[in-house]
Amino acid sequence: MELELRGCSKQFPGVLACDNVNFTVAEGEIVALLGENGAGKTTLMNILYGLYTPTSGMVLVDGVPVVMESPADAIAAGIGMVHQHFMLVPVFTVTENVMLGVEPVGRAGWLKQAEAADVVREISGRYNLDVDPDAMVEDLPVGVQQRVEIIKVLEREARFVVFDEPTSVLTPREVEGFFDIVRGLKEDGKGIVFISHKLSEALELADRIVIMRAGQTVAEVLPDEVSEEQLAELMVGRPVDLVVRKEVAKPEDVVLAVDGLVVLDDRNQRAVDGVSFEVRAGEIVGIAGVQGNGQTELVEAITGLRQAIAGSVSIGGTDVTQDTPRQVHKREVAHVPEDRQRSGLVLPFTVTENMVLDSYYAAPISRGVQMDWGAAKERAERLVEEYDVRTSGIDALVSTLSGGNQQKVIVAREFERDITLVIASQPTRGIDVGSIEYVHARIVEKRDAGAAVLIVSSELDEVVGLSDRVVVMFDGRIAGEFDPATATTTEIGLAMLGSEAEAS
Amino acid sequence: MTQGGPPEDRMPDKGYPEWFERVTGVGSSIGQAMVVPVLAFLTALIIGGVIIILTDLDTLRLYGESPGEAAKESIIGVWEAYKALFLGAVGSPRAISDTLFSATPLILAGLAVAIGFRAGLFNIGVNGQMLIGGMAALWIGFSFSLPMFVHITLALFAGIIGGAVWGGLAGLLKGKTGAHEVITTIMLNFIALFLIAYLLKTSFFQAVGRQDPISKVVAESARLPTLFEGGRVHIGFLVALAAVFFTYWLLFKSSIGFEFRAVGFNPDAGRYAGMSVAWIYVSVMAISGALAGIAGSNQLLGLPPYQALPGFSGTTGFDAIALALLGRSHPFGVLAAGLLFGALRAGGRSMQGLAGIPLDLVLIMQALIIVFIAAPELVRSIYRLKTPEGEEGLQLTKGWGG
Amino acid sequence: MTDVAVSTTEVKARTTPEQRRATIVGVILVALAAFVFWAFGLNVAGDLDSTFKLSLPTDRFQGIEWTVNTQLLGFVVAGILAFFGGVVLRRSHLKWTNRILAVGMVFFVLAFLAWAAGGKSFSLVGMLRSTVILSVPVTLGALTGLMCERVAIINIAIEGQLLTAAFVGTILGSSFGPWVGLFGALVSGAVLGAVLAVLSIKYRVDQIIAGVVINMFALGLTSFLASRVLAEAPHFNSPGRFTPWPIPILSDIPVLGPVFFDHSFFVYGMFILVVVIHFGLFYTRWGLRSRSVGEHPEAADTVGINVYRTRYRNVILGGLIAGFGGAFITLSQVPRFEENITAGIGFIGLAAMIFGRWMPFGVLGAGLVFGFARGLQTKLGILGAPIPSEFLSMTPYIITIIVVAGVVGKARPPAADGQPYIKD
Repeated sequence: MELELRGCSKQFPGVLACDNVNFTVAEGEIVALLGENGAGKTTLMNILYGLYTPTSGMVLVDGVPVVMESPADAIAAGIGMVHQHFMLVPVFTVTENVMLGVEPVGRAGWLKQAEAADVVREISGRYNLDVDPDAMVEDLPVGVQQRVEIIKVLEREARFVVFDEPTSVLTPREVEGFFDIVRGLKEDGKGIVFISHKLSEALELADRIVIMRAGQTVAEVLPDEVSEEQLAELMVGRPVDLVVRKEVAKPEDVVLAVDGLVVLDDRNQRAVDGVSFEVRAGEIVGIAGVQGNGQTELVEAITGLRQAIAGSVSIGGTDVTQDTPRQVHKREVAHVPEDRQRSGLVLPFTVTENMVLDSYYAAPISRGVQMDWGAAKERAERLVEEYDVRTSGIDALVSTLSGGNQQKVIVAREFERDITLVIASQPTRGIDVGSIEYVHARIVEKRDAGAAVLIVSSELDEVVGLSDRVVVMFDGRIAGEFDPATATTTEIGLAMLGSEAEAS
Repeated sequence: MTQGGPPEDRMPDKGYPEWFERVTGVGSSIGQAMVVPVLAFLTALIIGGVIIILTDLDTLRLYGESPGEAAKESIIGVWEAYKALFLGAVGSPRAISDTLFSATPLILAGLAVAIGFRAGLFNIGVNGQMLIGGMAALWIGFSFSLPMFVHITLALFAGIIGGAVWGGLAGLLKGKTGAHEVITTIMLNFIALFLIAYLLKTSFFQAVGRQDPISKVVAESARLPTLFEGGRVHIGFLVALAAVFFTYWLLFKSSIGFEFRAVGFNPDAGRYAGMSVAWIYVSVMAISGALAGIAGSNQLLGLPPYQALPGFSGTTGFDAIALALLGRSHPFGVLAAGLLFGALRAGGRSMQGLAGIPLDLVLIMQALIIVFIAAPELVRSIYRLKTPEGEEGLQLTKGWGG
Repeated sequence: MTDVAVSTTEVKARTTPEQRRATIVGVILVALAAFVFWAFGLNVAGDLDSTFKLSLPTDRFQGIEWTVNTQLLGFVVAGILAFFGGVVLRRSHLKWTNRILAVGMVFFVLAFLAWAAGGKSFSLVGMLRSTVILSVPVTLGALTGLMCERVAIINIAIEGQLLTAAFVGTILGSSFGPWVGLFGALVSGAVLGAVLAVLSIKYRVDQIIAGVVINMFALGLTSFLASRVLAEAPHFNSPGRFTPWPIPILSDIPVLGPVFFDHSFFVYGMFILVVVIHFGLFYTRWGLRSRSVGEHPEAADTVGINVYRTRYRNVILGGLIAGFGGAFITLSQVPRFEENITAGIGFIGLAAMIFGRWMPFGVLGAGLVFGFARGLQTKLGILGAPIPSEFLSMTPYIITIIVVAGVVGKARPPAADGQPYIKD
C-alpha cells in the first residue's frame, strides 16, 4: 500500500526542476515535503498527479509502474490533490464543483443534482467538514473552500491525498481545524503528503519529513529528531538566522495617519471598515492578518490606487485621501507592491526601463517630453551595482530575473530617493532566503535613517520579527495591537480570527 | 496564467511578452526575424497561384480534353499574373511611382494600427477614422481658396483632427467604461460609413448639379502636388515618411511613448507608476486616429477626381492590420511592409487589368501573410524549420473585460 | 494611539457604480420623456390619428386594427417615461433599473412609430413579423459566439463564417437544390470554426487576430470567387428557396400567429436552438463541463476534463450554428449571393451576445431588439418618415456601443475568456 516516485527528473527550458528524486509515502502515514521557493516540491507533486510528465523516472503504485498522462490517470490510481491555488470554479455551487468530472447523469447527460448534493452532504458529515452543498463557491470563506477541495478528493475515493501549501490562507485557528481533518484522514488509512515551507507545521503534523533543495531530496528526518533551526539549515544549505537583527526603535513624529478609513473592494463590499492607526518616523508598524481581510485595499487606498469612500489619510500632516498615485509618490513615499509582477514591474521591459518606471517623466531622466536614455542607463547601472541585482545586464528583460532579484529592482527603484514613508506589502513573498534577508536589512536601514515604515504581511513570523509594533487586521477592522517583544503567537492568532461566526 | 514551466517562482513567467516578441522581434537576430516574414510572403504567393489555377474555369474545362495543354495554360496563367504583378510594381519608373503612391495611405494606416498595438490596443477602426478625417480635409479643401502651402496644411490639419476625434472616441469609451475597442471601433466604422453616405447627399457636401452621392471637388490649391512629372506619387508620400520618423521618436525616445508601451504590456504596473491609464488610452487612439485621418485626407487630396465617394477608404483599415503585424509594430518595419503592400497594390491593378485576375486575390494573400506571421509554427512546420526556444504565438487579447 | 472602533469623522460617502448608473438611466428616461412630450406630443397636430394594423392581408382573421390619436399617445407615453424616470432616480429598487429601462424603451418606440405613422396606417404586425425574421442571423451569430465564448474562445470570425456559409449554400444550392446547399453551409461553418480552433488552440494565435484573419480571408475569397466564377456562370447563383412552413392552427391566431408561427424552418430552428442550448448548458453534463472549461480551465483539467477537446468540439458546434445562419441568408431571406452580403451582421451578433449576457434567452431578446432596429429602417422608408435612412441604419451599431459601454450594466463573460490554456 505504497506510492513511490523513483528517479524522477523534470527538465524545463533552462531549468532542471527535479533531479533524480526518490520519494515514497505509505497509506496511514503523513509525510511533509519541505523546501524553500523553487526547490521543486510542487513540480514533484504535479508529476505525481499527472499534470507534468517526467523527463525521466516513473511513478509506482503498490510496486506497479503507472503511466500518468493526465490527472484522470492519477485519480484512477487513487491519488487526489488539493492545490495551493484552489481549483474551484467560483460561479459554480459546491455540489457542481465536487461532481465536476464524475457527474451522476440520467438520459442524454441530464445532471442528477439532488443525488450529487446528497453525496456531498454525506462526506461532509462523515469527516465533520460542515459544508453546504448549495452554496456558491465564490461566497465561501477561504477555509471552507479548502474543505470543498477536500470533499472533491474524498468523493473520488482517493487513497493518497497531496496538499500543496494548505495553510497559507488559513488563520491559526483554521490551521488547527485543518490538522484535525488531516489526522482524521490518516486514521481512515489514507496516505498524506503535504508540501510546505512552514517548519513548525511540519514538525507538529508529520510522521516523516523530506527536505528538497534545488530539485533534489537532500534529507529525510523524523520530527522528533530535529529542531526548526536544523530544518531551516537543511532547506537552505547554510546556517540561517531566523531572527531579524535590529536595534530598538526610536519613533518620532507621526508621518502616516489613517483615520476612520472605509474602502470598498471590487465587489462593492466594505473591505476596509473604519480603520485608524498611525505610523511614526523611525518605527516599523506591521499589519498582520490572513490575506483577504482588507489589507490589500487598505494599502491601495493609502497609495492612491483606490478611492476611499469615507475617512482620511494624511502624510506628514497633509491630507492625501484624494491624491493620485503619482501625487502620493511625490510626497516621498516608497511603495513596494504586493504583486511585483502585476503592479511593480513591466516584465517585458528591460531592467533600465523598469528602474525608471517611477521617474521617467521628470529630470534628469527626461527633459520635457524627450527621454534621456543615457541618464536612465547610468542610474540603472548604479542601482544594479548598489543593490546587488543579479542580472546579465541592464538591457536584460526583467522577466529573466529570479523573483528575488526582481524584488531587488523594485526596492532599488523605490528606496533610491529621500523617503519619509515606506509601504511594503508582502515584501518577501515567493523569493529565496538570501533575498529575504537582504530586503529585511534594507527596510530596517530605512527605518534607522528616519523613515516611517508600514509593512503588510501574511507571514506572521515576518511581521513579528520585523516590526516594532504589530497591528492585526481582521474583516476590515483593526482587531488588536501588540508589542512583538512581549506578545505570544496565541494572543495574536486569536486577534487574527476576530468574530467566532466567520472562523468556523 | 501558468506557462509550461515550474510553478514556483524561479525563471521566466513572462507576463505578456510572447506577443511582444512576435510583434517586435526582440530577442531574435535580424536574420531570424526575417525568416518567417519572407517565407510567409513566399507561401502566400504559392497559395495565390494555386487559387488562380483552380478558378480559371476555361482552363479547368480543358483538363478534361487535353491535360498537357491545360497544365501549360495553368502555368502560363499564373506566370502572366505574377509577371503583371511584378512589372506593375517595380518594372518601370512609372510603376515605382505607382508603388510609392499606393504605399502612402498604407504606411500611414499601418502606423496607426502599430501605435495601437504598442499600447495594447486593437484599432480596427482605421477605416472609419480615415473617412471622418478625409471628410474634414475635404471640407477645407472645397470651401476655401488659399495659397497652396496654407491650404494644404490646413486641410491636412483638419484631417488630423477629424481622425483624432473619431479614434479618441473609442479610446474614451475604453478608458472610462472599459468597452473593448475591437467592438467599438468596428461599430464606429459602420457609423462613419453611414454618416458619410448621408453627408454626401446633403447640399453642403454634394457636388452641385449631381443627384448621386458624390462630393464637391477639392480646390486646385488644396490638391497635393505630385513629385515628378508623369508620376502619381505626391507629397503625401513625404508626409508618410515624416510620420514614420515621428512615430519612431514618439514611441522610443519620448516619455509619452514610454507610457504607451508600459501600459501596453501591463496597465496595472502603469497605474501603480502613476500613469493615467484612461488618458493614455484616449491619447493613443487619438494619435492613431490622427494618422488614419491623414491617410484618409491623402485619398481625397492626392488622387483625381479629388472628390469623395461613399466608402472611399476601401479596405485600407484591414490592410493596415496586416502591415502592422508584418512590420512587428515598429515604424521602420511598417514602412517596409507598406512599401511591399504598395507594390502588391500597384502590381495587383496591373494584374487585374492585364491578366484579368480580380484584385481580391491580394486581400487573400494579405490574410495568409497575417496568419503566417501570427502563427510562426505554421510556417515552420510547413518548411520543417526548428523553433527557437520559448517561442509562442502572438497574444494580444485579454478578454472583453477591459 | 490606535482606534479599534469606527471613527466618527464625517462620512464623505461616495456612490456605488450601480447608483451612478441608475442616475444616468433615470436622467435619460426623463430627458426622453421631455423629448417625447415635445416631439411626439406638442409638435403633432391634434387631429392626427395613427392606425396600427394588426393583421396581414393573408391572415385568417382580418381587419384587426388599433387607431389612436397620435398626440394623445405622445402625451401618455411622455407621462409614463417621466414616471419611470422618477422611480429609477429614487434609487430605491436598483435591481429593477434595467427592466424599467427596457419597458420604457418599448413605450418610446411605440410613440415613435405612432408619430411616424401619423395620419396614416402602419402594419404593426408586419413590423413584428419582420423583426423576428431579421433577428435570425443576428441571434444565430450570437449563439455561435456564445458557444465559443462559453469555453473561453473569443470568436470574431462569425462574420466570415456567415459569409462563407451563405456563399457555399448558394453554389451548392444552385447545383443540387436547397437541402444540399444547407448541408454545405453547415459544413463550411464548421470548417471555419475548426480553423479558428486550430489557430487559437494548437498554434496559440491571438484569438482576435485569428478571427480578423478568417474574416479577411472569407471576404477576399468569396468576393474573388463571386466576381471570377459567379459573374461568368450566373446559374451558380440561383439556389432554390425554403418556403415558409406555417404551423397549422397556431398560425391562425391573430397577431401571434403571423409573428411566430408562419415562418421558414430557420426561424423555428432558431427558437429551438435557444431552448436546447439553454438546457444543455445548465442542466446537462456537457454544459457543466463546457462552462467549467470556460470559467476555470485549470480546475477542469485537474478533474480530468480534456480542455482542448472540449474547446474544439464546442467551437465546431458553434460553427454549425453559424453555417445555419449563413444558409438562412441566401436560402431563405434573399435568394442570391452578393459580395459582402453579410455587411457586418456577424459583429452585431457579437454585440447581441454581450447584450444578452452570454445567456441563450438573453441573446434571443437582444437579437430581437437588433432585428427590430434593422426592420425599422425599411419600414420608415416606406412610410416616408422624415428621418434619413442612413441614421436609421446606424441604430444597431449605436445601440451596440451603448451596450458595450455598460450603460446596461457590466456583464461578466466567462472568466477565462480569450486566454489560451497552456499545459505542460
